Amino acid sequence: MEINKIEELIEKYLEGNTSLQDENILKTYFTAQNIPIHLNQYKDVFGYYNEAKKETSKENILPKKQKSKRWIGIAASIVLVTMIATYLYQNTPKEEDLGTFDTPEEAFVETHKALQLVANNINSGMENVSYLEEYEKTKKVIFK
Amino acid sequence: MKQQEFITLIKPFKDKLYRLAKRMLISNEEAEDATQEVLLKLWKADTNTFKSMEAMAMTMTKNYCLDQLKAKRSNNLSITHNNYSDNSSLENQIISKDNLYTVEKIINSLPEQQRLIIQLREIEEYEFAEIAKVLDMNETAIRVSLSRARKIIKEKFAEINNYGNK
Repeated sequence: MEINKIEELIEKYLEGNTSLQDENILKTYFTAQNIPIHLNQYKDVFGYYNEAKKETSKENILPKKQKSKRWIGIAASIVLVTMIATYLYQNTPKEEDLGTFDTPEEAFVETHKALQLVANNINSGMENVSYLEEYEKTKKVIFK
Repeated sequence: MKQQEFITLIKPFKDKLYRLAKRMLISNEEAEDATQEVLLKLWKADTNTFKSMEAMAMTMTKNYCLDQLKAKRSNNLSITHNNYSDNSSLENQIISKDNLYTVEKIINSLPEQQRLIIQLREIEEYEFAEIAKVLDMNETAIRVSLSRARKIIKEKFAEINNYGNK
């Protein structure tokens, strides 16, 4: 298209008197490579409009999203309630039969055994603690 | 109305809502929020009664954005955004891409009304009658405002470019 025709269109364009068709002629014209230098400034303006048209929203359409979110919430609360219920149910203390002894002597012997067991375990623990003292000694050498 | 129907109905103009919201609110996140908000309102409303759903949705988006901007101003919050930084030394380095960015910056600095009109006319390519419907203005006023905006863009762009070439 001739330059003076384009210039004429630009004049009209700036006055807001061009039709969409005219404006499309301008937009196409300015996508071309060799544009006279005095018109170069319009190239970027129209170039920008062409680019800006391509931008899209990245978000999904809402109603779908909301609905699924609500379902997740309901499902999660059901799971939670079930879990708490089973937990409580399993942890309720049951009446257990602990066994009884018939004579005080028998009971004494068993109690003695049990206490002996506990005492042994405590002592075996103490052996390991003695290692810690070694560390303490070394530490004193270093840090004084 | 079924969900699928609704999605197919809004598909042709959903991105237009987003672009309009972004033109007004600048930030991507706020534009996404605005779009979702408008779509939700449309979904809840009885859309069968709307003659042109697109024009309706565009008007809703415009109103929503203007409300947002007004709320921000009354809260004394500055309308800042981190989509781009103002770095002029960098600007001179990548000229071709950067010129487009300069145009964007100029447009976004226009008054709200002109920004709306530029967006609808130049980017979405609406007829004057359609713009009049969306913005609830008469066509002459739109032409005047559009002409003013186009001239400002042209002048500011020339100014910045000559300045950079010195």
